Amino acid sequence: MNIVVRPHGLTWVAGHDHDHDRIATTLSGFWLFMMSDLIIFGLMFATYVTMLTPESFAGGPTPKELFELPGAAMETAALLTSTFTFGMASLAIKYDRGLSKVMLWLLVTLALGVVFLALEAREFTYMLAEGAVPQRSGFLSAFFGLVPLHGTHVTAGVIWLVIMLIELNRTGLTGPASSRIARLALFWHFLDLIWVGIFSVVYLGGIA
Amino acid sequence: MSHGFCSLIFGRLDVESLDFLKAFFHPGLNDIILSGAAWVVIVGAAVTAALLTWFRLWGPMWSKWLISVDHKRIGVMYIVLALIMLVRGALEGVVMRAQQADGLHGGFLSADHFAQLFSTHGTIMIFFMAMPFLTGLINIVVPLQIGARDVSFPMLNSLSLGLTVSGAMLVMISLVIGDFSTGGWSAYPPYTEPNFQPGVGPDYWIWAVTLAGLGSTLTGINFVVTIFKERAPGMSFLRMPIFTWNALCTSLLLVFAMPPLTVAALMLAADRYLGFHFFTNALGGNMMNYANLFWQFGHPEVYILVLPSFGIYGEVISTYSGKRLYGYVTLVIATMAIGFLSFGVWLHHFFTMGQDADVNAVFGIATMLIGIPTGVKVYDWMATMFRGRIRFSVPMVYALAFMVLFVLGGLTGILLANPPVDFQVHNTLFLVAHFHNMLIPGTLFGLFAGYTYWFPKVFGFRLNDRWGYIAAFNWIVGFVLSFMPLYAVGLMGLTRRAVSYTNPAFEPWLHVAGVGAIFITAALVSMCVQLYVSIRDRELTRDIGGDPWDARTLEWATPSPVPAYNFPVIPHIHALEAFAVAKGAGLGYQEPVSYSDIHLPGDTYIGVITAVFGTALGVGLVWYMWWLAWLAFAVIAVSLIARAVLGDRHPVTIPAAEIKRKYRAWLEVVRATAPVTRALEWDYRNHGVAAAEYTKEAAE
Repeated sequence: MNIVVRPHGLTWVAGHDHDHDRIATTLSGFWLFMMSDLIIFGLMFATYVTMLTPESFAGGPTPKELFELPGAAMETAALLTSTFTFGMASLAIKYDRGLSKVMLWLLVTLALGVVFLALEAREFTYMLAEGAVPQRSGFLSAFFGLVPLHGTHVTAGVIWLVIMLIELNRTGLTGPASSRIARLALFWHFLDLIWVGIFSVVYLGGIA
Repeated sequence: MSHGFCSLIFGRLDVESLDFLKAFFHPGLNDIILSGAAWVVIVGAAVTAALLTWFRLWGPMWSKWLISVDHKRIGVMYIVLALIMLVRGALEGVVMRAQQADGLHGGFLSADHFAQLFSTHGTIMIFFMAMPFLTGLINIVVPLQIGARDVSFPMLNSLSLGLTVSGAMLVMISLVIGDFSTGGWSAYPPYTEPNFQPGVGPDYWIWAVTLAGLGSTLTGINFVVTIFKERAPGMSFLRMPIFTWNALCTSLLLVFAMPPLTVAALMLAADRYLGFHFFTNALGGNMMNYANLFWQFGHPEVYILVLPSFGIYGEVISTYSGKRLYGYVTLVIATMAIGFLSFGVWLHHFFTMGQDADVNAVFGIATMLIGIPTGVKVYDWMATMFRGRIRFSVPMVYALAFMVLFVLGGLTGILLANPPVDFQVHNTLFLVAHFHNMLIPGTLFGLFAGYTYWFPKVFGFRLNDRWGYIAAFNWIVGFVLSFMPLYAVGLMGLTRRAVSYTNPAFEPWLHVAGVGAIFITAALVSMCVQLYVSIRDRELTRDIGGDPWDARTLEWATPSPVPAYNFPVIPHIHALEAFAVAKGAGLGYQEPVSYSDIHLPGDTYIGVITAVFGTALGVGLVWYMWWLAWLAFAVIAVSLIARAVLGDRHPVTIPAAEIKRKYRAWLEVVRATAPVTRALEWDYRNHGVAAAEYTKEAAE
């Protein structure tokens, strides 16, 4: 072992090549991505809140007339349950409960995600049929800027889940696969958190 | 063919929108200039293609550059893009100066053409010149300065470049087909709403900045992670070179400041394409939301542009003064303080839009606060030079011009930060003078300094000094002559973006500014000549030792040009300015005790696919060719998913023996090369090995 007693500036010692923890690096990149995504949601929330004025309603429907709690509550239930089931999938990985358990929980999560999207689509169709279209007022533009943006993210998450399930079926629980599931989990919980914001600000705030 | 079928394929594109034919339809100076510019793009592209074919360069360009994930090559490609766009953007500035010099009661351009000029000029200079340039330098330098093999996400790096290129391509295409926005670089609604500006102009702007903005966000993420995770052992945060610190701060700003731009641009797109009412006048839109969103990006953007250059000046001033950087820790604190404060001042961009005086006062004071850390930096640079052995090399000339001119611009900034003063001069050329005064010395000169400083590191030979001085002289004189008169006419009341004016008192000032534009043109020519002469004489200025400036940071401890794997083994860092300390101890060139195999990521098509189909996506969206937009989007999405599933299929392993052989061969050559003192730095005897006498002193 070559021990340098008084190192000057820099020393060239082999064997310390960057054998980094790739998973930690990728994960921190994903955290940063979500932080910038959070800014996007934050700005959409801010826009929405500034559009809650009579001028922005422009004589069109107001939140009070538009939102119904039962629909939003069902969507919330579906999404919050899906985040729980994703947690179960993560636990199944952590405690080595086998591939089938993991895939089962991910499938349940996927199903709940689809249920959420279906409920949301139903709500939007209902709104559009009532004439509450984004072109009607600034407020509705802001609504259709914020809530479907979350829905689009959930759709991306659903597609990711499908790809993940195919990959798991093909390769099993390898290192890269479980690292990807960890990131997907982060993403999925993040969307849940955003939904809590939407439920509180848009739906509860609108009805109150 | 029926009209319906045509519009299905070509959308709203028709013969009328082909700019290069306009001169034939409506002969006249204005349209001749318009079509002439379009023909320059067409002929330029054709000549480039012909030259590449003639010299059989398509193959090497494809395999060595376009599909490469090597951070140094990606950096070079960014800078090539930036320099091409610089030529276009600067020449647009020259045309505008010519128009205003001739603008008393008229001039030669139509108002609409002039409006397109200032819109593309601003958009290009910010998004497609300055940002690619600084991203390129960060790409080249940061991994080397922190002792890393590569960036954390090499494929993502290529993707970011592809997105930036596609944005730039859209702006270039707008010169040939259709109009660009006339709404300025900030594209304020409601003026950019379809009611006021139908046609494709604002759509070109929207998609160009959206694509490039996404690329920049991803770049930011990549470099924050790279700097956090890939530093060599021993390189604590407070041992990072100052350029890397500035790059870190810039990258953080990219992550947090680009999303507001994306949001604002896409909301504007929703208004224009889908009839939303985010920013419209009628039906509840609120254009102040746009101003707020845009400047939450726009103000931090100023520091995205300027911080990398601050970092470059730090490196340059300390290197060419032969001294360690004075007040390193205060510089770091000042950098981060500027980054933090930059998010708190956006409202000063619309002091006059009707918020109450208290709000204006708060933002005015916040704005002035940024002068404090910036002042700290200027004093630190001055103290670094104090009692140094200063060499007036080209980068140093830029740095000195910067220090004088930037402080002047800062002072006018303090004036503008005062809301009552701002009410008087807002929307005049005073403001135009101010921000050019910050961005040309602050950003552009820094980028040129960095270009000159790191050129030998990338290409293995130095740039020609003589032509470097001529270019720097022309840039500095050109800048002063072009923009100082604008302060005067601004105070006299000439509004910005004015195609013509009626007050004869403006004319002499604008003639002087026009002369400045001639100097700037000469500067561009000098830079081209410099590049040509340098390449011609490259055998004489070879940088064999890799350390032509007797520099202080880690990137100079490697051969020039740097091999793909950067370092034969990852160095251990024991001090700030580790390389300078090692040289002081006579240990500038060390042989590693042992070597190990190096793994490098493989090439990827993702960058090229994104550049080509990103451009196609933009064209499809701009011209309502929906089939093209969907197709291009699908191709990009499928390739990204495929890459994610398949992973890196061609990773490269370089055996330890080969690295050892190459590194030893290099050390042999270096030992055979005569070291030079700093007095011979510009001489042909300088082959990149520094004499020990100076380094000894420097290390202390």
